[in-house]
Amino acid sequence: MYVAVKGGEQAIDNAHRLMAHRRRGDSSVAEITPDQVDGQLALAVDRVMGEGSLYDRELAALAIKQARGDLIEAIFLVRAYRTTLPRFGYSEPLDTGAMAIARRISAAFKDLPGGQILGPTFDYTHRLIDFVLAAGSEPPVPAEAHSAQMPKMPRVASLLDEEGLIERPESEESSKPVGDLTRDPLTFPAERDLRLQNLARGDEGYLLALAYSTQRGYGRNHPFAGEIRFGDVEVEFMAEELGFTVPLGTVALTECEMVNQFRGTAEAPPQFTSGYGLVLGQCERKAMSMALVDRALRAREFGEDVRAPAQDEEFVLSHSDNVQATGFVEHLKLPHYVDFQSELGLIRQLRREHFERAAQGDAEQRREAAE
Amino acid sequence: MSAVGPTSAKGAAPPHPAAPRPPSPDGRRTGGADGYNFAYLDEQTKRMIRRAILKAIAIPGYQVPFASREMPMPYGWGTGGVQITASILGPDDILKVIDQGSDDTTNAVSIRRFFEKTAGIATTTRTREATIIQTRHRIPEEPLADDQVLVYQVPTPEPLRFLEPRETETRKMHALEEYGLMHVKLYEDIARHGHIATTYDYPVKVDGRYLTAPSPTPKFDNPKMHMSPALQLFGAGREKRIYAIAPFTRVVSLDFEDHPFEVNRFERPCALCGADNVYLDEVVLDNSGGRMFVCSDTDFCQERRAAGHAGEMLARAPSFVAGQR
Repeated sequence: MYVAVKGGEQAIDNAHRLMAHRRRGDSSVAEITPDQVDGQLALAVDRVMGEGSLYDRELAALAIKQARGDLIEAIFLVRAYRTTLPRFGYSEPLDTGAMAIARRISAAFKDLPGGQILGPTFDYTHRLIDFVLAAGSEPPVPAEAHSAQMPKMPRVASLLDEEGLIERPESEESSKPVGDLTRDPLTFPAERDLRLQNLARGDEGYLLALAYSTQRGYGRNHPFAGEIRFGDVEVEFMAEELGFTVPLGTVALTECEMVNQFRGTAEAPPQFTSGYGLVLGQCERKAMSMALVDRALRAREFGEDVRAPAQDEEFVLSHSDNVQATGFVEHLKLPHYVDFQSELGLIRQLRREHFERAAQGDAEQRREAAE
Repeated sequence: MSAVGPTSAKGAAPPHPAAPRPPSPDGRRTGGADGYNFAYLDEQTKRMIRRAILKAIAIPGYQVPFASREMPMPYGWGTGGVQITASILGPDDILKVIDQGSDDTTNAVSIRRFFEKTAGIATTTRTREATIIQTRHRIPEEPLADDQVLVYQVPTPEPLRFLEPRETETRKMHALEEYGLMHVKLYEDIARHGHIATTYDYPVKVDGRYLTAPSPTPKFDNPKMHMSPALQLFGAGREKRIYAIAPFTRVVSLDFEDHPFEVNRFERPCALCGADNVYLDEVVLDNSGGRMFVCSDTDFCQERRAAGHAGEMLARAPSFVAGQR
């Protein structure tokens, strides 16, 4: 039973004015700037860029400020902006092997060409609240490498590939045109290009939970973190009128290649399989989760039974987008009183009939008892 | 209907003088309606959506996949309807937006404002004046005419979705016209409750072929879809589907011979305008069970009152129900 949700324009205006006021917070405290968000909440900016599918730190930082730190709201702002941008072409495939490495680790090898580079990471910190940060202090100057020359860092997958130990994409598969799920609706069954696109913009928490479920036995795929790397990669664009590629700039990326359960057939010798994760900015949790879910979703390709949620592409891909999910869940806030009225009408009728039947039953029983 | 199709004068709306958005990085940051194309969407996107609409009209009731865009309002809040309206809107159109039958529910206000801002078009609350009516959950009581388009906001376009969650399966069922599952569902309702227990989003068969979801309108409105002179367009943004019912198309609500389709009935007329055979909202007046039943279609109710009709509570109804007198 609803009292009609009316209010109209004035109420909406007032609500938004109040929200803007609350966003500003205590006016005796300095207002936060997008620069500060970009520099000091950089991982939030990375997440908003990744799931917003738009590489623009400045815009993502502003969106975080506008959204009062609600990252899904910020992602939504970025997406809605992205959709209005003209599309003038697609870049050349990125060469992550040529990444300017900020961090690169492999859990599958003790040491490897190029070495293990920890880079900026929370790993191995003790999670103790640092009260010094509250007061603010200049951090010590970062340590520097002895030689300015970064060694070459081949991807771990290509090291394994030299021996033929890991499956690689078939060459015909890599030359096929890549789909674009922002320009064509996703249809099922979906091929791996579209699945990876979907996962790359999917919600971090959702992918994390699905990835975790594969580790707990719901679609287990025996993963090793073959390699996780983070750094800057150059983006190149084929300029048709020039006839050669031109660099557009660099993007920071986290890439994860999982080495998974091997398989072989009568024709093919046993090989490791793999799962792949790639996200904008530094977000290892998401990249690793994506790689685990990617591998789980390849069940069909490898002839594995599809039993677990993480292996079910309709389930995984249809629910990964947090902008869609939050919109539909939160639309329950909208008035539904017309539908509710029709349910009320029906339930009152059913109850009336129920009591009539019961009364009739009672009367019959009494008559029988009297006889 | 002249607004549909890239060849018609209205459909091929000239770009807004300020369009397309300025390419300079500074200009785009400032945003605002001035930076956007007429009715927000760029012309290429509108063309893509119009193609989907034309296909939908050609195959009434069939769900056409389309490359739904992210809109500046949330999914589930009318993005499908907004994209359709944006694509068929011309500068001379007059738009009405309703939610729950009412023009002044918050989301209807928000969508109406969106088009006032991005398209600068005229809006109205009068059903008769509107050339395009975007709606959520109701069909206006006033019969529509052949120069009007009704645009529905659709959350779940697939009528079989809650019986079969997989898109691959439901598409197959539509292809084979295999709708037994829905009849079984309705039969089970009768076996369990003595009635078909679906009161809104009640499935219909369009032009004798496709099982179609009317969107969550109460089943009271289903008969209005049948042979309607107005074009009916349905947009589901999150689910990326568009479907249509062409004017004067047969729309039949599913039923059984011994359990024929029935609309919701109300025991009394509207307490404000005295109208019979309209859909009513129940309004709670106090904590002691006092309530009144009033037209859900606020425009219909106001027009009747303006024409001198009065319901039994018109004189003493609180102003939040009856409005200014």
